[in-house]
Amino acid sequence: MNIQTKHMLLGVAALAASTLTQAAQVNVAVAANFTAPMTAIAAAFAKDTGHEARLAFGSSGKFYAQIKNGAPFQVFLSADDTKPAKLEEEGMTVAGSRFTYAIGTLVLWSARPGFVDDQAAVLKRGAYNRLAIANPRLAPYGAAAMEVLDGMGLTAAATPKLVQGENIAQTYQFALSGNAELGFIALSQVMQDGRISGGSAWIVPGNLHQPIRQDAVLLSSGRDNAAAAALMKYLQGDKARAIIRSYGYEL
Amino acid sequence: MGFSDADLAAIGLTLRLAGITTVLLLFIGTPIAWWLARTRSWWKGPVGAVVALPLVLPPTVLGFYLLVAMGPHGPVGQFTQWLGIGTLPFTFWGLVVASVFYSMPFVVQPIQNAIESLGERPLEVAATLRAGPWDTFFSVVLPLARPGFLTATILGFAHTVGEFGVVLMIGGNIPGVTRVVSVQIYDHVEALEYAEAHWLAGAMVLFSFLVLLALYTLNPTARRKPS
Repeated sequence: MNIQTKHMLLGVAALAASTLTQAAQVNVAVAANFTAPMTAIAAAFAKDTGHEARLAFGSSGKFYAQIKNGAPFQVFLSADDTKPAKLEEEGMTVAGSRFTYAIGTLVLWSARPGFVDDQAAVLKRGAYNRLAIANPRLAPYGAAAMEVLDGMGLTAAATPKLVQGENIAQTYQFALSGNAELGFIALSQVMQDGRISGGSAWIVPGNLHQPIRQDAVLLSSGRDNAAAAALMKYLQGDKARAIIRSYGYEL
Repeated sequence: MGFSDADLAAIGLTLRLAGITTVLLLFIGTPIAWWLARTRSWWKGPVGAVVALPLVLPPTVLGFYLLVAMGPHGPVGQFTQWLGIGTLPFTFWGLVVASVFYSMPFVVQPIQNAIESLGERPLEVAATLRAGPWDTFFSVVLPLARPGFLTATILGFAHTVGEFGVVLMIGGNIPGVTRVVSVQIYDHVEALEYAEAHWLAGAMVLFSFLVLLALYTLNPTARRKPS
């Protein structure tokens, strides 16, 4: 190998190394309800910082189990505030990194236009075939939905018509396919460009249930990951917050 | 520690689902297997492939199509509504229909293999003795192909017990109606109730092992996977 080629190879290696340090990757576990906003945020994040956020969507409970068993995630965006706190207690996170990235809004939604009015009359009358909720044992949106039914004194009437999705994405699928005429889902799932994109909906007043605080946390494996640190910062910046709000979350 | 009432309800429901599905599949699957084993029609290939589809398809694909097809806007849903029985997702009978599709190859293929391996000879002998088709089936085919039927029954039952993805997609997790053991285990894991999950999961491992052990000791010819 002559000297010129050697130099060239060294140059290529150096270039590769420099792009690696500049544009790092971070694996993010994202709660299903945050799918749409996080996809938009990741795109903006890549454009602004050059880092790549690789997103996995699913239920927070599954992510918790996977993270505890060594899943290669550096950042966890949970659908609640208990699982990140639990991981923190168990020493699986970078201390002091936990913060609330969004407060969820619950909505009663039907794929049928005009089926749900802003007083939720259809729910009170019981004039529907099935009501889809996320599993209240697992999903905070499901727990909030049960709280709303309790508060309205409708639990007994609704129970025989309840069907449960294992997460909020599946709950939406049940309602979207029309198999359930009503569904308690996340506002973010039907929000597009700041308004509800189809069907009919009742945005549940926040005072009818405990706030759905969604916490993010930097996991131990992300301690030295530049992209992970940058993403945690980016999520708290104005640009990300504007995106989060546009999908109907409070902050 | 042990099984909660909800766990026991899930176990009972799962056994009922698997039992009904297996009986239905023996009635539906036997003529299909018979036809597949005996036909020379061009359709043998396509029909055999359709029957085998659940072997390779992810259960989520099957579950998704069933959810849409059996929903109020799908063709099956339109038909069941026209019959006046509503739509099938989130009902026990919806799970039965899904399980029949899902476990079909595990029943059809062992029976088909058994009938194919009989060859023409026993049927020709039966014909020369003037046995009618039904008589031939019950006096000749059924006894000779018994190991195939036994394998089909056990595999169909066990495979339905192990069903998860399809149930998750169309079940709606209703206690006593669609919450089967596999879903109950999944819920335990998701709710971080690992001790409860271990009990049920351990029971499933034991059950599956015993079923296969019974299959291989009672029926030594069944050691091949259905292919």
